[in-house]
Amino acid sequence: MRIIKVMSVVLCSLGIAFAAMAKDMNVGFVYVSPIGDAGYSFAHDKGRLAVEEMDGVKTAYVESVKEGPDSERVILNMARKGYDIIFATSFGYMDPMLKVAKQFPNTVFMHCSGFKKAENMSNYFGRMYQARYLSGMVAGAMTKSKILGYVAAFPIPEVIRGINAFTLGAQAVNPEVSVRVVWTKTWYDPATEKEAAKSLLDAGADVIAQHQDSPGPQEAAQEKGVYSIGYNSDMSTFAPKSHLTAPVWNWAPYYKQIVNQVKEGTWKAESAWPGMDAGIVKLAPFGPMVPQDVQDTVTAKQAEIASGAFKVFSGPVKDQQGAVKIADGTVANDETLLGMTWFVEGVVGTTE
Amino acid sequence: MTLEMIIPLLAATIVAGTPILYATLGEMITEKSGVLNLGVEGIMIVGGLTAFLVAHFTGSPSLAFFAAGAAGITTASLHGIVCLVFQGNQVVSGLALTILGTGFANYFGTSYVGLSAPGFQPMAVPLLADIPAIGPIFFQHDPLVYLTYILPPCLWLFFNNTRYGLGLRAVGEFPEAAAAAGLNARGYRWLGILGGGFFMGLGGAYLSLAYTHLWTNNLTAGRGWIAVALVIFAFWRPGRAVFGAYLFGGIMALQLRLQATGTQLPSSLLLMLPYGLTVFVLVLSSLGHRRTNEPAALGVNVEPAD
Repeated sequence: MRIIKVMSVVLCSLGIAFAAMAKDMNVGFVYVSPIGDAGYSFAHDKGRLAVEEMDGVKTAYVESVKEGPDSERVILNMARKGYDIIFATSFGYMDPMLKVAKQFPNTVFMHCSGFKKAENMSNYFGRMYQARYLSGMVAGAMTKSKILGYVAAFPIPEVIRGINAFTLGAQAVNPEVSVRVVWTKTWYDPATEKEAAKSLLDAGADVIAQHQDSPGPQEAAQEKGVYSIGYNSDMSTFAPKSHLTAPVWNWAPYYKQIVNQVKEGTWKAESAWPGMDAGIVKLAPFGPMVPQDVQDTVTAKQAEIASGAFKVFSGPVKDQQGAVKIADGTVANDETLLGMTWFVEGVVGTTE
Repeated sequence: MTLEMIIPLLAATIVAGTPILYATLGEMITEKSGVLNLGVEGIMIVGGLTAFLVAHFTGSPSLAFFAAGAAGITTASLHGIVCLVFQGNQVVSGLALTILGTGFANYFGTSYVGLSAPGFQPMAVPLLADIPAIGPIFFQHDPLVYLTYILPPCLWLFFNNTRYGLGLRAVGEFPEAAAAAGLNARGYRWLGILGGGFFMGLGGAYLSLAYTHLWTNNLTAGRGWIAVALVIFAFWRPGRAVFGAYLFGGIMALQLRLQATGTQLPSSLLLMLPYGLTVFVLVLSSLGHRRTNEPAALGVNVEPAD
């Protein structure tokens, strides 16, 4: 009798174990904007599609979720439905996600672009500034007026870091270049962003770069017959004649890695900031107007960044007032980069 | 800021002011008939989406432009049904229309975000475009801008010199008297609501057909509300509406250009300028105790005759 009891318990638990193994892993994604925007969420969704193709993994997503209380409801709903991993890809999802994470200790929460973590919640982002440095090199090589225009969203460290990296890249190939910045205080308002690009063109800029999700600035550059640098994903379809290249996201390898870690039980909460070495950020294909020697120089630099031989923010780096911010021979640490609120020398504009 | 920057600035002023001008004129027509329509933002965005979809699928910007007008009329008719048929509160109905229109457009437009559609391209007017300074400022835009040059005078003529225009105003001032004089008060109010909705729809169409050739959620970004304020600023006069719309557009274009030329002012302050100016001018214009020309029966429903 006792043997039978033990056997049945063992069989039962085996059965449960098998059932758990056979059950598909569910992965949920929460996006801040519609995925069709050729922008930020679109790039994350390409990562999701790569995860979807993995064996035994099912994915789902909710797009256009407002930051704040709405996002908490969406994340909570996913957790309740038993999703194993939830990726939330906007800064404002941080606190709502943390709240939900505390209630569901067995679910893995992944928050993009924030800085908080918990036992079961990681934060992650990519070193986009590395790709921006390269795009700055392209812009610096192509400009004739030595004025580059940069349509920027909000004066937060992420954007400022990008502008600084872009400027350093441009100065590396063209020391006299200056970068003019216009803040729009929008992430996706094509009308305002196009107008901002036009104002930079009127101020003499002949290459327009951007840190927003809409292709508005690209349109402005193409209409004026000058060059542009996209962002997020290849924006060349919007401005085929002006699009030089774009720093783009490539989330697929990272998302697949996380899903595998969770599957194997090796996942641990962390603050991840992978870059070119992991293939998370890269440059979109060059436009036909970029000369071969420029392409070669940039590609060589890309290899140096990926291998770790070259760091974008290595001293001496001066700020707008000429004060040395990163001393000669030193490399800025991540803390400096994450809290960057000053412009490097050569940027025209204010961070306020 | 050099002379070479001032001409592009003024040209950008015209373009930035145009969508607001369309919407302001639309709201003015509606308010002249005594109906307050706070749904401008919602009607504009539905117009913008309709224009984009029609242009995207048929490839004809002109057809898209008129489709936006039709969509504006359809959306505005909801306001008419609430206020004229059911005697509902005009403020509440208008607010509801803004929320409904924005939600509707965002819901149906989500899958089209990031696509582009054919639209109007700049078209220089022969001869006029070659005049120094004046030409680049006024006559090197898209056809929809030129339309706004003739629209305000036409509207002025309509309000002051035509039977229907005078009837519309009479209904807005004193509907009972107008009805006693044999005018169909509610009929005129329908005219005001639907006519106004037409132009609000066109204002939205300008954003997705000419200003950019894209659709995105919240494309109007508050421009409908500016139109409501500008009607008050304009004292319900079409000519002053032109001034108001270009003033607003000009400040919007100016603040971006100030940034581009490297001014050290905080960008938050500059971005506030257009809105701050609107408030400032509204206050200033009401200080003079002048007759504001506001329709006396604005916001008051007309009771059915029987």
